[in-house]
Amino acid sequence: MMDGSKFDDGSTDALAGEQKIRNFNINFGPQHPAAHGVLRLVLELDGEIVERCDPHVGLLHRGTEKLMESRTYLQNLPYLDRLDYVAPMNQEHAYCLAIEKLTGVEVPRRGQLIRVLYSEIGRVLNHLMNVCSQAMDVGALTPNLWGFEEREKLMIFYERACGARLHANYFRPGGVHQDLPDALLDDIEEWALGFPQVLDDIETLLTENRVFKQRNVDIAIVDADTALEHGYSGVMLRSAGMAWDLRRAQPYECYDEFEFKIPVGKNGDCYDRYLMRLAEMRESTSIIRQAIVKLREATGDVMARGKITPPKRGDMKTSMEALIHHFKLYTEGFHVPEGEVYAAVEAPKGEFGVYIMGDGTNRPYRCKMRAPGYMHLQSLDHITCGHQLADVAAIIGTIDIVFGEIDR
Amino acid sequence: MSEALNELGVHIELKRPDCVLGWDVSFGELNVDVAPANIAGFVEFLKADPNCKFATLVDITALDFPDRPKRFTVVYHLLSMTQNARIRLRVAVREDEMVPTITEIHPCANWPERETFDMFGIIFSDHPDLRRLLTDYGFRGHPLRKDFPTTGYTEVRYDEVQKRVVYEPVQLPQDYRQFDFMSPWEGAEYILPGDEKEGAK
Repeated sequence: MMDGSKFDDGSTDALAGEQKIRNFNINFGPQHPAAHGVLRLVLELDGEIVERCDPHVGLLHRGTEKLMESRTYLQNLPYLDRLDYVAPMNQEHAYCLAIEKLTGVEVPRRGQLIRVLYSEIGRVLNHLMNVCSQAMDVGALTPNLWGFEEREKLMIFYERACGARLHANYFRPGGVHQDLPDALLDDIEEWALGFPQVLDDIETLLTENRVFKQRNVDIAIVDADTALEHGYSGVMLRSAGMAWDLRRAQPYECYDEFEFKIPVGKNGDCYDRYLMRLAEMRESTSIIRQAIVKLREATGDVMARGKITPPKRGDMKTSMEALIHHFKLYTEGFHVPEGEVYAAVEAPKGEFGVYIMGDGTNRPYRCKMRAPGYMHLQSLDHITCGHQLADVAAIIGTIDIVFGEIDR
Repeated sequence: MSEALNELGVHIELKRPDCVLGWDVSFGELNVDVAPANIAGFVEFLKADPNCKFATLVDITALDFPDRPKRFTVVYHLLSMTQNARIRLRVAVREDEMVPTITEIHPCANWPERETFDMFGIIFSDHPDLRRLLTDYGFRGHPLRKDFPTTGYTEVRYDEVQKRVVYEPVQLPQDYRQFDFMSPWEGAEYILPGDEKEGAK
C-alpha cells in the first residue's frame, strides 16, 4: 500500500484507532429527491470526495421493446410517450419519422409545422423542468415554483391539441392526429410573447446568484474529447464547444426554413449548461412564434391520406371503402415493408433515435430506442470522480436524465 | 445524399476488403456486414480514417433470428460529425460465439454491450464489466430473445405474512393473447380453429 500500512511480507504497522481510515461506501437512492427518479448510485467516498461511482439502473424497466414486438405500429405509439415523460411528443416524433422513412410517406406542410411547433413546446417543457429542478437540487426553491407555473400553461396547450396533458399520442405516422383550432394558435402566440419575461425573472434569481454560482461554476467540466468518447449529444455535447444540432446538421421536417441560433458552451461546466438551456428556451420561443406565423398561411390537411392513416370522418359516412379502411387500420394496423431504418431527432436531452427492423407484417420485428440520457448517465463515473458528494446532486441535475427513457 | 454514401461504401470496401463482407445503401442508410473477428479493428479504422471519422458511437443492439444458423445479428450505429454521415455495421454471430468488445475504442460501448448481453445473452469478450444492466438483480434468462415469453417466468409481490417481497412463478388468470391478423387466404400456416379435419385428409 502506498500509505505504508502494509509491507511486502504482509505485516502492518501498529495503528491507533483514529489512524485506521478506509473509504466509505454509500448508497445514493433509489429513493432520493435529487436522484431525479429511481437511480441507485453506489458511491465510494474518501472523506467527502467521490472516488468511484457505480450507477445501478433498470429499476423502472418495463420491457417496452419486448412489448412493442407483439403490438401493431399504431398500438406502439403511446409507449413512446412513456419514455421521456417530460417532453413526450419529441419521442413520438422519432418513431413517426422512422415509420415514414420505411413506408416512404411525405407529411403535408401543415402537419410538419404543427410537429415543429409541438416539438419546440416539448423542448421548453423539458428545459424548464431541468433548469428549475436542478436549481432546487442546489438549494433554490422559488425557480421551481415559477417554472412549473409555465409548464402548467404548456400542458394545457398539449391538452387542447390532443386531449391529454402528458401522454399525448398526437404525432401519428403520416402527420398529426388532428388539426389545431385558430384560437389555440392565438393563445400559444400570446404565451410566446410573454414567456421571455418569465425567463428574465428566473435569470434574475439564478444567473448572478452567489450560491448558485458556487455550486455550478467549474463543476463537471466536459471537454470535446470526453464528449466524443462518451457518446454525448444535445446540450452536453454543445457545452464542450461542439456546434452539433441535428435540427441544423441533418434537418428533418421543415427545420431548415426556420431561423434559430444554436447556443454553444465555452467552459463545459454545469453553469454553462444552465445558461445554454436558458438560451435554447429563448430560441425555441422564437421558433414557436415563426411556426405560428407559417401555420396561419399553411392551411390544408395535417395528415398524408393513404394506407397508414385513417380516412376523414366525413368520408366514412358516405364511402364503404373508407369505413372498411378505418376498421382494418385500427384492428389489423398497417403493414410496413421489410427493412431496417434508424431515425433520430434532436430531443431536448440530445439525440433520440428509433431503430426499427420491419419484417413486412403489421408489427415491428425489433424496435430499439436510443436514449440520450443513457449515454450521459453512463459517463457519471467519469465526471463525478474527484468531486464532492454534494456536487453529485448538481451533476445529476445537469446531465438531464429521466428514467423513463434510460430504463425503457 | 445516397451518392455520397455509395462513395463512402466503395471507399471503405477498398480500404478494408478483409473486413467488409458486403455493403448496401437502403432507405438512405449505409449498411456494412462485418465478420465478428474483425469488428474491433474495423471500428477503429472507421474512427481513425480521415474520410470516415466515425468518432461517435450511437448505439449497439442486436436482432434475434431463431431460424438462422447464425442466430444473432449485433448492430452498431456510428455517427461521423465531420462527414455528417451515419453508418450501420451488422455482425452475424452464432449462439455460442463471442463478439470482441469495442470498449477500448469507444468507452461508451460499455453500457450498450452490457445491455445487449443482458437482453440477448451475447457475450462480449474482454469486456471490463459484463454484468446485467436493466433486469432485476438475480434475473434469469434473456428477455429480448424471441423464445422468451412476454409475460416472463416470475412475478413479485409483497407478502404480508413474511413481511418481504417474494418471487413466485407467473400465474395468468387469462392466457396472454397474441392477436394474429394473417389472412387464411394469403397462406396462414396454422390450422384454422374448427378445421382440424383439414390435416387428416
